[in-house]
Amino acid sequence: MSLTPMKAKHQRLVLALIALVALIGAGLLAAWALRSQASFFYLPAEYAANPPEAGRPVRLGGMVEKGSIRTLADGVTITFVIHDDKARVPVTFKGIVPDLFVEGSGAVAEGRRQPDGTFRADNVLAKHDENYVPREMKDMTSEQARQAIEETK
Amino acid sequence: MHGFANPARFLRLARWLTPLLLVSGLAITGITLVWALLSAPAERLQGDSAKILFVHVPAAWLGMGGWSALAIASLTELVWRHPLAAIGARAVAIPGAFFAALCLATGSLWGRPAWGAWWVWDGRLTSMLVLLFLYLAYIALAEAADRDGGNGRAGQSRIPAIFGLVGAINIPIIHYSVLWWNSLHQPPSIAMGKSAMAPVFLYGLLAASLGFSLIFGGVVLARMRTILANAQTEARLRRKALQEDFGEREDA
Repeated sequence: MSLTPMKAKHQRLVLALIALVALIGAGLLAAWALRSQASFFYLPAEYAANPPEAGRPVRLGGMVEKGSIRTLADGVTITFVIHDDKARVPVTFKGIVPDLFVEGSGAVAEGRRQPDGTFRADNVLAKHDENYVPREMKDMTSEQARQAIEETK
Repeated sequence: MHGFANPARFLRLARWLTPLLLVSGLAITGITLVWALLSAPAERLQGDSAKILFVHVPAAWLGMGGWSALAIASLTELVWRHPLAAIGARAVAIPGAFFAALCLATGSLWGRPAWGAWWVWDGRLTSMLVLLFLYLAYIALAEAADRDGGNGRAGQSRIPAIFGLVGAINIPIIHYSVLWWNSLHQPPSIAMGKSAMAPVFLYGLLAASLGFSLIFGGVVLARMRTILANAQTEARLRRKALQEDFGEREDA
């Protein structure tokens, strides 16, 4: 007597599991197909290996090289270098940068590649990393701060 | 699991659990947020704007956790036909949508000073916006299904449950969006067993998350009680209408 409802329940469970596996598979395939298009920016290595055509609007993201931020004579134009461990790209930008835009930290420049290979940004976004450090530790580098956090845990 | 299939037993439990969750949640959240505003330290680079994390991160977790619960309840409804599962899934949808919207709003407020933009079409932000739209679609679908097919009773139609399961595919996408794709949003600060947050931020965040989760639980229970009460009213009215109908015919 109790055999029939058990069977139906198991049938539904199997059906639901098959549907779930198919769904997850479809989602993963879609995400995989999107993996390059869904990226928010080019990394310097990708930018150097496969440069976008000059004049096409793109985003370039990486770390701001230490000691590379310079303000030009006009007072509003800055130049800096965005790099990763494989390539470095010089960037010029005219305007106001966000507070979190500092050397040694992440940034995304929106703009166009110039024919000479440099990058002219129309807009600069700062990228925050995953570290949250109180202001008292602000003189430390991210690495030291992370160690300090490790020690106090 | 079918111990709670009896709504009367569930209601007896929910009657005292609902105010307990709501009051303790409001107290913990209130204390944590006052502490965060008055005495939590400013962050090294972000300054005081980092404090928004005590609302933003719990809201993001609850927005995602809400849909996970909704999907599990949908599966339970489809496979085991558990009578409270459909009601639970419907009860989660509104607080879930609220926290997803809160996450987007606080993130936008933080993004302007930190990144220099209110909004960017980055993988994390876009998938979170999709989650909010999924919640709104679920609410509309469940409402329509219960009215047309279910005579005002939750769980007569299984279409919302199927939608709840299908929508669950977005949850891992939100989580991995910052790892799969280059994104402006930072990767998670907290992973299994390790944290890139100073303890003062981490413990504050955990306390706020506990408080918001208790509120979430309390609201879900209150919504479930409301849905059950509505179904009961509906059934009583129908019975009464039938009796009157019957009475008139006898008079005639």
